[in-house]
Amino acid sequence: MTEPKILLSVQGVNKRFGGLQALSEVGLHINAGEIYGLIGPNGAGKTTFFNVITGLYTPDSGKFVLGGRAYQPTAVHEVARAGIARTFQNIRLFGDMTALENVMVGRHVRTRAGVFGAIFRPPGVVREEAEVEEIAHELLEYVGIGHYANYTARNLSYGHQRRLEIARALATEPHLLALDEPAAGMNATEKVELRALLDKIRSDGRTILLIEHDVKLVMGLCNRLTVLDYGKVIAQGIPQDVQNNPAVIEAYLGTPAH
Amino acid sequence: MTHSTHASSAAQSGSQKTLWSVAAFVAIALVAPFLAQALGGNYWVRVLDFALLYIMLALGLNIVVGFAGLLDLGYIAFYAVGAYLMALLSSPHLTTQFAALAHLFPEGIHLGFWWVVLLAAPVAALFGAVLGAPTLKLRGDYLAIVTLGFGEIIRIFMNNLDRPVNITNGPKGITAVDSVSLFGLNFSKTHELFGFTFTPVVLYYYLLIVMVVIVVFVSLRLQHSRIGRAWVAIREDEIAAKAMGINTRNIKLLAFAMGAAFGGVSGAVFGAFQGFVSPESFVLWESIYVLAIVVLGGMGHIPGVILGGVLLVGFQELLRAGAIPVQELLFGKVLIDAEVLRSLLFGLALVVVMLYRPAGLWPAPKREDRPVTRRAAGVDA
Repeated sequence: MTEPKILLSVQGVNKRFGGLQALSEVGLHINAGEIYGLIGPNGAGKTTFFNVITGLYTPDSGKFVLGGRAYQPTAVHEVARAGIARTFQNIRLFGDMTALENVMVGRHVRTRAGVFGAIFRPPGVVREEAEVEEIAHELLEYVGIGHYANYTARNLSYGHQRRLEIARALATEPHLLALDEPAAGMNATEKVELRALLDKIRSDGRTILLIEHDVKLVMGLCNRLTVLDYGKVIAQGIPQDVQNNPAVIEAYLGTPAH
Repeated sequence: MTHSTHASSAAQSGSQKTLWSVAAFVAIALVAPFLAQALGGNYWVRVLDFALLYIMLALGLNIVVGFAGLLDLGYIAFYAVGAYLMALLSSPHLTTQFAALAHLFPEGIHLGFWWVVLLAAPVAALFGAVLGAPTLKLRGDYLAIVTLGFGEIIRIFMNNLDRPVNITNGPKGITAVDSVSLFGLNFSKTHELFGFTFTPVVLYYYLLIVMVVIVVFVSLRLQHSRIGRAWVAIREDEIAAKAMGINTRNIKLLAFAMGAAFGGVSGAVFGAFQGFVSPESFVLWESIYVLAIVVLGGMGHIPGVILGGVLLVGFQELLRAGAIPVQELLFGKVLIDAEVLRSLLFGLALVVVMLYRPAGLWPAPKREDRPVTRRAAGVDA
């Protein structure tokens, strides 16, 4: 076995909101090609941490390295350019655009046409546009909603909206796909389908950071995970070890019945 | 085999259809001024000219409000910038005020219509970006208030820049702006061509039609592009747009600048057309009027905006012309002053449209109704 390549390494992240220390000295590293879980009870700081590494919140301190290069998560669009694409806990699609257009927007950061290109449409821009549309169609097929390309995003079912968000994030060609509670609000069937999709994305060589409430999903899917409680890391490792960690059981899973 | 012939004949009938509608548009556009002239004289051709000017303005504002979703209430400022640029660069005003300039240009500065139009676009775009920059963090109501303030500031500047050095000639405005002259054809005079009589308003009509077609073309191209998608994405959800790697600051500034450029070009034409520019043409009411065209017609939908322009300008002029005779006919005397009645009915029309057609008179078609482009064929709705 070759040594796994570290894709994202985060160290010593602190974030304070007024009197609340939302994150203290949080650190983790994610290997390329794995699904990394981030779990914790409500208010543990999962989403705060997520927002810090994707640039939505500015951390008070912390060291960030993505793909061997240090990056400062200061601007959200810069983080996307650097190669982290995210989805949102409460789905944030471009409601009035079609599913296809939503994914085409995801290509923005990897394409170049400007105002003059838009108006005069030189051959390069025509080619780029065709390519954008082609890739968007492929991604919709990939996440299993290819039939709905022409549907207004707002009118898609909840499960399909989640998939569309993932397709849109994939369109930015991310090194790391960061999903904020993708299974929230899904029924059992949809969860099984989501799990299959995430499995497929991993087996295609992509790396996923997964924040999730659903312990079963996380334990079954993740290669490794971190457990947060009150803004601190209380356990880190492979699912079996974390599952048996007394601190985790106490803080999150509850005391098992004997 | 049958399938492919079917498809090709369908495509042929489709392209034939567009060909017919283009032909119909050209025919109507060519005949319209003569029809208006025959029915109501040059006055109604002038109304057509103004409808086209407002359509150009509204298409510019549509980029800012309709595409990018930034409520701009000071848009008329860019119209003013274009108009004053035309007035300053194509009239004797500057050379009569500044001896040094008079020495350089003994004949006065007469830059010519096209040069000023080409200059008006970047200059107004610069104003758009400069005025847009401080508003980037604002949204909705707050953005509207600040842009309204900026619009007024520009007008007040124009009104007061006659002291200590006289640049804009203050409230008196700048007169004797050169009219358009194209291919040796002076637009201020009536010409006889091919057996037809072209009065100045008719000549301007054709100029404006050409410019509106260009503006519509540019608008459509922008809408269906990487930039246009980014604008709509910002309108729909700014945070998600950022998360997709869109530099929202730059793309918003670009929307302000592009919208302003359209406004500046319209203003330059307006200056040459009127031959006179003064601050009172650029009051807040004008901003609201252009916004009403965009909202009533159908925000973000270019044909809707064009319809809005034709209807609002036409409606206003019909009322102006009809208010008094109709009242005399009905009541024997004038009960309500024409100007008051106009505002009243205008407001009423706005309320009715917002109640019954909240997305505008001609909104963008529902997506599911659109022809299926590719693999999605055979999907039930």
